[in-house]
Amino acid sequence: MKPLLSVSGLHVGFGRDPRANEIVHGVSFDLAAGETLAIVGESGSGKSVTALSINRLVDFGGGRITGGRIDFTRADGTAIDLAGASERELTKIRGGEIGMIFQEPMTSLNPVLTIGEQIEESFRLHRGLTGRQAKAAARDALERVRIPDAARRLKYCPHQLSGGMLQRVMIATALSCNPRLLIADEPTTALDVTVQAQIMALLAELKRETDMGMIFITHDIGLVAGIADKVMVMQAGEAVEQGSLDEILDTPRHPYTKHLLSAVPHFEAGRAARRDYSRPKTPATPALKVEGLTVRFPVTGGLLRRQTGAVHAVDGVDFDLMPGETLGIVGESGSGKSTTARAILGLVQPIRGDFTASSNDPAKPERNAVQMVFQNPYASLNPRLRVDSILAEPVVASGRKVDAEIKQRMEMLLDRVGLPRNALERYPHEFSGGQRQRLCIARALMLNPSVLVLDEAVSALDVSVQAKVLELLVDLQHDFGLAYLFVSHDMAVVERIAHRIAVVYAGQIVEIGDAAAILSDPRHSYTKSLIAAVPSIDRRREHFTLDTRQVPSLVRPLGFEPPPAEWRDIGADHRARLEA
Amino acid sequence: MNYLTRRLLTFPLVMLGVSILVFVSIRLVPGNAITAMLGTEAGLLTPQQRAALEAYFGLDKSWPVQYGHWLMGVLRGDLGISVTYGKPVLDVILERFPLTLELALLSMLIALAIGLPAGIFAATRNEKPSDLGVRILAMIGQSTPNFVVGLLIIYILSVGFGVLPVMGTFTPFFENPLENLGQLILPALTLGFAFAASVTRISRSSMLDVLSEDYVRTARSKGVPALSVIWRHALPNALIPVVTLSGVEFGYLLGGAVIVEQIFALPGLGRMVLDAILQRDYALVQGSVLFIALNFMIVNLLVDLAYAVLDPRIRLGDR
Repeated sequence: MKPLLSVSGLHVGFGRDPRANEIVHGVSFDLAAGETLAIVGESGSGKSVTALSINRLVDFGGGRITGGRIDFTRADGTAIDLAGASERELTKIRGGEIGMIFQEPMTSLNPVLTIGEQIEESFRLHRGLTGRQAKAAARDALERVRIPDAARRLKYCPHQLSGGMLQRVMIATALSCNPRLLIADEPTTALDVTVQAQIMALLAELKRETDMGMIFITHDIGLVAGIADKVMVMQAGEAVEQGSLDEILDTPRHPYTKHLLSAVPHFEAGRAARRDYSRPKTPATPALKVEGLTVRFPVTGGLLRRQTGAVHAVDGVDFDLMPGETLGIVGESGSGKSTTARAILGLVQPIRGDFTASSNDPAKPERNAVQMVFQNPYASLNPRLRVDSILAEPVVASGRKVDAEIKQRMEMLLDRVGLPRNALERYPHEFSGGQRQRLCIARALMLNPSVLVLDEAVSALDVSVQAKVLELLVDLQHDFGLAYLFVSHDMAVVERIAHRIAVVYAGQIVEIGDAAAILSDPRHSYTKSLIAAVPSIDRRREHFTLDTRQVPSLVRPLGFEPPPAEWRDIGADHRARLEA
Repeated sequence: MNYLTRRLLTFPLVMLGVSILVFVSIRLVPGNAITAMLGTEAGLLTPQQRAALEAYFGLDKSWPVQYGHWLMGVLRGDLGISVTYGKPVLDVILERFPLTLELALLSMLIALAIGLPAGIFAATRNEKPSDLGVRILAMIGQSTPNFVVGLLIIYILSVGFGVLPVMGTFTPFFENPLENLGQLILPALTLGFAFAASVTRISRSSMLDVLSEDYVRTARSKGVPALSVIWRHALPNALIPVVTLSGVEFGYLLGGAVIVEQIFALPGLGRMVLDAILQRDYALVQGSVLFIALNFMIVNLLVDLAYAVLDPRIRLGDR
C-alpha cells in the first residue's frame, strides 16, 4: 500500500542563499495512515523546519526547499509532490488535508477574532459551509475536543480562555475538516503537566476515532512514549536514527539517541531523589524560615473602584530551609509558587507573614542573604553590559566598592561555574544559553548569599545542558553550603535536585516533606494527580486518561480568611493537608 | 459608571489646566493690546490716557482678578470680545472652524487612502525592490516641508496646465459642494502628502510585525488564501498604531495649518490664532486655545474608543 506521506532526501535552507544556509540535510521518512511518527531532537536540530516543510509553511519564514521530494497521498487517491506544489494547490491542502497545531496556544490564535469565527473559517474554506451550518459545525468541533459549554465559548475571544482550553481550540480547528495528516509541533511544551496529560489523552483518543496520520514533534522522549508508533531522532539537521518506538527506547544504537535518553531526566517516583543530606536531628538555625506568608492582590470593581475582593495568590505558607538543603516547590502555573519566591526576595509585598534569613556572614545586611536566579537566561542579562559589570551589579547595588577583592571573587566564581576568566571582558550575546545561566548563577553568588532562589532556573535550557547545570548546582551547594529554594513545574528535574518538596496548590502548601517519601507515596489528591500526569518511558503502555477538573478560582470576597490548615503526619518528615 | 462618562468628567479638569497655562503664557510675552494696537506710538500716551485704555481693556486689574473674570465669562459661555475683530470670540472661531475641520478630514482621508494600501503592499513585499521604492517615497514625503509641496502643486498646475487654484472667499460645503471641494482639494493634498507618508511607514512596520505573529502562521496552516490572511487576520491587528498616529495628526490639523492656509489664502483657524497672538488679542488667543484643546481631547477619546472596537482585549469597562 502507498504510504500517506513519503519524504525523501529533504533539504531545506534559509536566507538569500538557501543552499549555503542549509538547516535540514537530506531527511527521509515514511508515514502510513493511522500511524504516529515522533520527531525528537533538541532546539536547532531542524525538527520544526522539517515539519513546516511538509505543508510548506516554511516558505513564509524565509525558508526554501532546495532538494528532495514530499509525496503526499490526497483524499481522492492521487499523489502530489508537496515540495514542488503551487501555492494554489497548497492552500487547498493546508487545513483541508493537513492540519497543524503549534507550541504556543496563547499566541497562535488571532486575538481580535472570536473562537467561533476562527473555527468556522476552516469549514467555510474547505467545506463551503456558511451561516448557520458553519456555526453548528464549529460547535460540534468544540464539543469533539471536550470543551464544556461549547455554544457559549464560541463567542469568546482567545484572551478569555486558558492555555489548555486554547490548545483544544487549536486542535478543534486543525481537525475540523478531518485532515488525513496532523502535524503537532511541541503542542504541550507551553502547558502545565496536568494540562499536558489532558491534551495528550485527547490526541490519543482522536487518533483512535479517526484514521489520521500524525507527526508529533517534541524534545521530550518521555512524552512520545504514550502516543508514538515510530520515532525519528534528529540532530543538526539530520535524522540520526529511526525505528519503532520500542527499538528506539529499548535498544538505541546511535550515540546521540543514547545521550538523549540518558540526559532527559526520567521521573522515577522518588528512586532518583538525592540522598546526600539529612536534616539535623537537633534543632538548628535554618537558613530561611517562612511563617504564614500571605500575598494578596486586590480586586476592584463598582462605581468608586472599591476593593471588592482579593486574589489569594499565596495563603499562609510556612516552611523552613536548612543550610545545604534544597526545597523543591512544585505546582502548576497560577498556584502561587513563583509569587512565594518573589515575596521572599521582597519583589512583591506580603500582606502578612514573616520570613527570616540568616546570612553566612553576620556582618552583612540581612537582605543580601537571599539571591535569585531567573528562568530565562536570555532576558535576565543586560545585553549592553560586559560580564564584569554584570557581576559587579549586586556589589554596587549593596553599596560596596568594586575593588581587587571583588575582582578576585569574580574570577573565582567564573572558575567555579566553569567559564573561562577572559569571559569578564565579553558580552552576554557571546555565550550560549547554558553558559548564560552559569553567569546568572555566578552573579547570584557574588554577595555570598546563604539562600539561592531558583525560579524555573533550568526550564528554558535544552535537556543535555539542563543536566550539566543541575550538576553544577549540586556541586556549588556542597562547596558553599548553600540552601536552595528550587521552584519548578518539572517533577523529574525536582526529583533530581530536591531533598525536600513542597507541593503548592491554589496558594497553599498541600503536602510537604522528604522528597523520596512524597514522590513514592503521595497522599494529597493534588500531588497524586500531578505525579500521575508526568510522562514516563516506563509507563509507555499506559494511556493518558481525560480529567477535566478545573483549577479553582483564587478570587475571594473581602475579609475572607481560609480555615486553619489541618495536617496529617505520614512519616518522620512527610505531612499532607487534610482534604475536605 | 461607564468609561465614557468617566473620561468626559476629566474634560473640565484638563480645560482648567489649559486655561491657566494659556492665560499666564500669553501675558508673559512682552507688550499688551495697547502696544500692539498703537505700536511705538504707545510711548506717546499720557499716563492718564494709558490708564484709561488699561481700564477699558481690563488690564489694570491683577492677573488673578483678570483670570477669574474671564473664567466666569467662559462658564457662562462668553469667551469675551475679540479686540481685533470687534466680535464675540466664539463667533470668530466658529466662522473659521468648518473650513479647518473639513480640511483636516479631507487630509486624513487622502492620507489613509494612499498610506494604508502603500504600507500593506510594502510589508508584503518586504525587502524587495518595490518595498524599497515605497519606503524611499515615504521618506521623501515625510521630509519635504509642506510649503514646498504646496508651492510645487500650485506651480505644476498653473504653469503646466494653466489651472489656478480657486482662491478668494471660502464657500462652505453645504452651499456649493463642488466649489468648496475645488477650493480645498489642493491644500488637502498638500497636507495629506506628508500625513500619507507617515501612515505608510507606520502601517508597513506594524503590518510586518503582525505578519510574523504565530496566529498568522496558524491562519496559513488552515489554508486561508494570501489576500484573506492580510485583510482578515493581519490588518485588524496592525491598525492600532495607524489609528494612534492618525488621531494625533488629525488633532494637530484641527488646530489649523498656518503655512498651508497662508499659501492657499484660506481663512482657517491657524492664521487666525497667529494674528491674534501678534495682535495681543488676549481674549481670542485664550478662547481659541481652549477650543483647540477641547478638540484634541475629543479626538483622543475617539481614538481610545476605536481601540476597543478594533481589539477586544482592550476593554474600556470598569477596570
